[in-house]
Amino acid sequence: MLEPLEERLDQPLPAEDQDKEYVGFATLPNQVHRKSVKKGFDFTLMVAGESGLGKSTLVNSLFLTDLYKDRKLLNAEERITQTVEITKHTVDIEEKGVKLKLTIVDTPGFGDAVNNTECWKSVADYIDQQFEQYFRDESGLNRKNIQDNRVHCCLYFISPFGHGLRPLDVEFMKALHEKVNIVPVLAKADTLTPLEVKKKKIKIREEIEQYGIKIYQFPDCDSDEDEEFKQQDQELKDSIPFAVIGSNTVVEAKGKRVRGRLYPWGIVEVENPAHCDFVKLRNMLVRTHMQDLKDVTRETHYENYRAHCIQSMTRMVVKERNRNKLTRESGTDFPIPTAPGVSDSETEKLIREKDEEVRQPPHTQTQEQECVTQECVDQECVMHDECVQESVQEECVMQEESVQEAEHCAELC
Amino acid sequence: MSEIVPPEVRPKPAVPAKPSHVAPPSSAPFVPSPQGTGGEGQGSGRGSALLGYIGIDTIIEQMRKKTMKAGFDFNIMVVGQSGLGKSTLVNTLFKSQVSRRSTSWSRDEKIPKTVEIKSVSHVIEEGGVKMKLTVVDTPGFGDQINNDNCWEPISKHINEQYEKFLKEEVNIARKKRIPDTRVHCCLYFISPTGHSLRQLDIEFMKHLSRVVNIIPVIAKSDTLTPEEKTEFKQRVRKELEVCGIECYPQKEFDEDMEDKSDNDKIRETMPFAVVGSDKEYQVNGKRVLGRKTAWGVVEVENPNHCEFSLLRDFMIRSHLQDLKEVTHNIHYETYRAKRLNDNGGLHPISSSGHDTQESNL
Repeated sequence: MLEPLEERLDQPLPAEDQDKEYVGFATLPNQVHRKSVKKGFDFTLMVAGESGLGKSTLVNSLFLTDLYKDRKLLNAEERITQTVEITKHTVDIEEKGVKLKLTIVDTPGFGDAVNNTECWKSVADYIDQQFEQYFRDESGLNRKNIQDNRVHCCLYFISPFGHGLRPLDVEFMKALHEKVNIVPVLAKADTLTPLEVKKKKIKIREEIEQYGIKIYQFPDCDSDEDEEFKQQDQELKDSIPFAVIGSNTVVEAKGKRVRGRLYPWGIVEVENPAHCDFVKLRNMLVRTHMQDLKDVTRETHYENYRAHCIQSMTRMVVKERNRNKLTRESGTDFPIPTAPGVSDSETEKLIREKDEEVRQPPHTQTQEQECVTQECVDQECVMHDECVQESVQEECVMQEESVQEAEHCAELC
Repeated sequence: MSEIVPPEVRPKPAVPAKPSHVAPPSSAPFVPSPQGTGGEGQGSGRGSALLGYIGIDTIIEQMRKKTMKAGFDFNIMVVGQSGLGKSTLVNTLFKSQVSRRSTSWSRDEKIPKTVEIKSVSHVIEEGGVKMKLTVVDTPGFGDQINNDNCWEPISKHINEQYEKFLKEEVNIARKKRIPDTRVHCCLYFISPTGHSLRQLDIEFMKHLSRVVNIIPVIAKSDTLTPEEKTEFKQRVRKELEVCGIECYPQKEFDEDMEDKSDNDKIRETMPFAVVGSDKEYQVNGKRVLGRKTAWGVVEVENPNHCEFSLLRDFMIRSHLQDLKEVTHNIHYETYRAKRLNDNGGLHPISSSGHDTQESNL
C-alpha cells in the first residue's frame, strides 16, 4: 500500500518540468510519510451496544488481537448495581514497519439495566472529557507531545433480534451523533438469512433518516477516480449498517484454516464477503477511511465542541477570536493526495514548524476562509460534508498559494 | 377434563399421548379379592380374582369419547422482547398460523409505549380432537428504554383470568363448563446473548413464577454454536437456581418417582434452545422446515440443530394436560386461597345478589 506512492514520485518528471520551474516540494509527501512511519499512528475506537452482541469478539477479530483475555463475565445479580462504565484498552500493533497505537473504549453495562434512562450520559461525558483535555493541551504552553485521546469512531452495535432500531438505539445515536463519528453495525449477523439481512438494512437506513440521525458519511470519491473504485465506494455506502460476524476461534473450512464459527449445519467464515460484511468494515476502518475518520473528528466534532466551549466562556468577541484560531489551525493543513496510511498529525507538526520559520501573514487567508468556515462555526448545527469538503478544497487552494509565497519569501530573505 | 373432576383425583389423560409416558392407573388390574382364585377367567387373564369381565376399563374409552366431543382449551402466553421470534415459534409449534404474525418489515405499528395484551383464539383439530388454542401476546414487553414494572400488565392479566374463573365458580347457577381463560403456560423468550440472563429476565421470572407456569426458551438459538449453547444453558440454570426461580416443571409438584425421573431429564435440558420457521426447504431430498443461510440450512426439527422438537414433545405431546392441571390445582388454588383470606373468609357474591352463605367454599 505504500510502495505505489513512492513509485509515482520517483518516476522521472517530463522533460519540460525539469528546468528551473521544478522546485521539488512534490517529494514532501514522501518526507511526511517517512516521518510518520517513524512516529507511528494512533486511533481511538469506541464500541457501544447492549452486552452480548459480540463487541469484544468483533474487536478481537478486526485487529487480530486478544484484548479481552481475562474478562470475567458478570452474572445478572452482580449486574443489578452496575452502572455504565467506560473502560480503555490500549494495544500497539505493528505491521510492515508501520506502528499503530490502538485504543479501544468499551462501554460495559450499556443497556443492561431494567431502567436505561440516560445510560448514554456517561458515554457522552467521556467523549466531552477527551475533547476538553485536548482543548486544554492545545491551548497550553508546551504542545510538543499532545496525547490525542479523542474518540475517532464509534461502532454502534444494533441487535439483529429486533425489528430495526430500538428506542434505546435511537436515543443513543441522537445523543452522540454530533460528538463522534457513528458507524452503525448489525451485530451477530449469522442469525439472519441473506434476505433478512437485506430487509433489515433497508429498514434501519430508513429509520436513521426518519429520526434525523447523522451517522458518519463516507466522503464522495473524486470524479476522476476509475469506475471500479467508484463502484466499490458505492457498494460500501450501500452496505450500511455493516452486517458483521466476529470470531475468536479458528476452524477448518474447505481445507483452509479460517476464523469462523462452527455450527452443525455449516461453517460461517468471518472473512468471506458472501457471509458477512466483516471485510468491508475492516477495510473501511483500517485501510481506507481511518484518516478520514480522524479528520472529521478533528475538523467537525472537535471544532464544534471548541466553538461551544469558547462561546460559553466568553460571550463577547467570539467571532474575532474564532477567526484567529481557525486561521492558525487551518493554515497548517497540507493537501496531501489521499494515499492511505499517511497521517495528518505529522504533517501538521511539520508545517507548523515551517510556518514559524517563514512567518506567514495570516490575513491573506482570513477573508476567504471566513465566509466558508464562519457559517459552519457560528451555527450550532454540524457541518455538512459539502461544507467541510468546500473548506478543505479552499484550504488546499489557499495553502498552495501560501506555500509558494512562503518559498518566495524564503528565497528573497 | 379438570372442570368436571374434583381436584383431588388426577386421572391420567386418556387422549393420545406418548404411550411410554402414560400409564393410566385405571387400567391396572384390581387387587384380587381375598376369596377365590382363578375362577372362570373369561377372556384374558385380567383381574385374576374377578369372576368375569366387568368392563370397568372401558371407562377410558368413554372418557375419551366425551373429551373428544367437548374439546380442549389451551391458553398459552408468549413473553419476550420484540423480534425474538415469538409468533413464528408458536406458529411452528402448532403448525398453523395461530399467532398474530407481525409481517415485520412492512410493520406500521410502532413499538407500543406500554405493554399490551393481545389475545387471539383459534380452533385446531387433529385426529378427531378439537382444541381451542388461545395465544396471548405481549407486545411492548422489554422494548422501552425504561422497563420498570413492565411485567405488571402481564401479572394483572393473569390474575384477572383467575378472578373470572373464581367468580364463575362461586356462582349459584354455575355453567356446566366454565370457560377457561386462565393462562396455562407462559413461554418466556430469552435473548441469546451467550452471556447470562438479563436483569429484566430475572425480575420477570421472579414476579411471575409463582403465579403461572413459566417455560423459558432460548430464542433464535441458531446464533449459538453447540459449545456456547451448553455454557449458556448452564449459566442460565445456575442463575435461576441462585435467584430461587422455579420454572415448570416445578420440583415440588413431582408426584412419584416416575414423574420425578422424567421431569429431571427435562429439567436438565431446559431452557430449550429453539429456532422457529414457517418456510420449507429441500434437504437431502426431504422437505424440512428451516432457515436457509449462505452456509447451510438450519433444520428446525432436527435435534442436532436445535431443541424445537424436544420443546414440542414436552409441551404438547406429554405435558399438555399436566400444564393445565398444575394451573388449576396449584396456581389457581393459591390465588383463590389468597382471595378468600383477604376477604376474611367471605367473598363478594356474583350477580345472583344473595348473601354469601354458600357452603361450597
